Amino acid sequence: MSLTPALQDAVDAFQSMAEQDRLQLLLEYADDLPPLPERYADHPDLGERVAECQSPVFLFVEVDEAVHVHATAPEEAPTTRGFASILVQGLEGASVDEVLAVPADMPRLLGLDRAVSPLRLRGMAGMLGRIQRQVREQSAG
Amino acid sequence: MPESEPRFAEYAAPERLVSTEWVAAHLDDPDVVIVESDEDVLLYEVGHIPGAVKIDWHTELNDPVLRDYVSPEEFARLLGSKGIGRDTTVVFYGDKANWWATYALWVFALYGHDDARIMDGGRDKWIAEGRELTRERPTRPAVDYPVTPRDDATLRAFRDDVLQHLGKPLVDVRSPEEYSGERTTAPAYPEEGALRAGHIPTAASVPWGKAVNEDGTFRSREELESIYLDGAGLRGADDVIAYCRIGERSSHTWFVLQHLLGLPRVRNYDGSWTEWGSLVGVPIAIGAEPGEVPSR
Repeated sequence: MSLTPALQDAVDAFQSMAEQDRLQLLLEYADDLPPLPERYADHPDLGERVAECQSPVFLFVEVDEAVHVHATAPEEAPTTRGFASILVQGLEGASVDEVLAVPADMPRLLGLDRAVSPLRLRGMAGMLGRIQRQVREQSAG
Repeated sequence: MPESEPRFAEYAAPERLVSTEWVAAHLDDPDVVIVESDEDVLLYEVGHIPGAVKIDWHTELNDPVLRDYVSPEEFARLLGSKGIGRDTTVVFYGDKANWWATYALWVFALYGHDDARIMDGGRDKWIAEGRELTRERPTRPAVDYPVTPRDDATLRAFRDDVLQHLGKPLVDVRSPEEYSGERTTAPAYPEEGALRAGHIPTAASVPWGKAVNEDGTFRSREELESIYLDGAGLRGADDVIAYCRIGERSSHTWFVLQHLLGLPRVRNYDGSWTEWGSLVGVPIAIGAEPGEVPSR
């Protein structure tokens, strides 16, 4: 089990901050969630709905030589947007093996249990699990 | 008795509501603290009413290790640090039609903070009206808030209270799917926290969102009376308990029954379904009908 270099950077950035400042960093990630590519922008419903999240979150996973993840989440759900952004940026361009090697409890490594609460971290674990399942399916055979 | 706005005069306790206009006119009022309470822990940071402070239900009002609200000492420390004194007028607002704002207000009520109000329509109405939001954190000097005991008897019900109460009016404010037993959590929410699905026998089903209009404001008194007094059979009820999954959605209904309709005794069972649905030996009803009080 290991993190992609970009996810490791994110974990290091959160861990280097005091607990109360980590929310601010999560907000920056939420602000920086990349917009959907044009081919999905008009069809967010084509993505996979993340049932573990309390807000409508849709994931788009593509596998060619590398893995590409896109996501959309509403402006009024910044925590979810922040989590989606960490995963989208942290997994972009990684190999299939690298994505599948990310441990399922990776969200806990961000040190947000007290600032955000474990309950709210479940949504992020749900997103990661769905991305990994899609990568596994798309790369099989 | 604090002043109230004429538009709210029809409600039992009109002083418990303020309009967005009222809030906009009191942003610099030293006796008023505006408090944002949301489901999303980061929403306040995205932008809030200028001068508003944030109180998070999960990380600040819940005790981290005991399943209960924070202690009197911690509550006093929290409010003092937010610049809220015992006599301060506190106006709550938040996302999802004030769902979490009413939860915070209910916890304040347990501690007897008298002057606590809701901004009708909440965060969404403020934004829909194009009013100012800021990301700037207010610098409000800390004050001393006295340590006061929490009253767990008047507005709060525990599981044994609910068992004793069976046969008197109960309101289940969760979704129809949770009530009938198809799910243990709200649609589109993660399944969590209860081993059995269904409802407390005899409880009337009135999903909390029925109390609000599309813009998040509370429905008129006439509409609320039709929903709760006629529809749920609470006319003349002198002792009502409301519950949901963890007590947040039922705080919203508690606010409606207590302050807008003025029922004499309304308690919120905050253990709610996450406790009752996992409790050994208590009766449960499944299906769309309220069910009967079990014979013991």
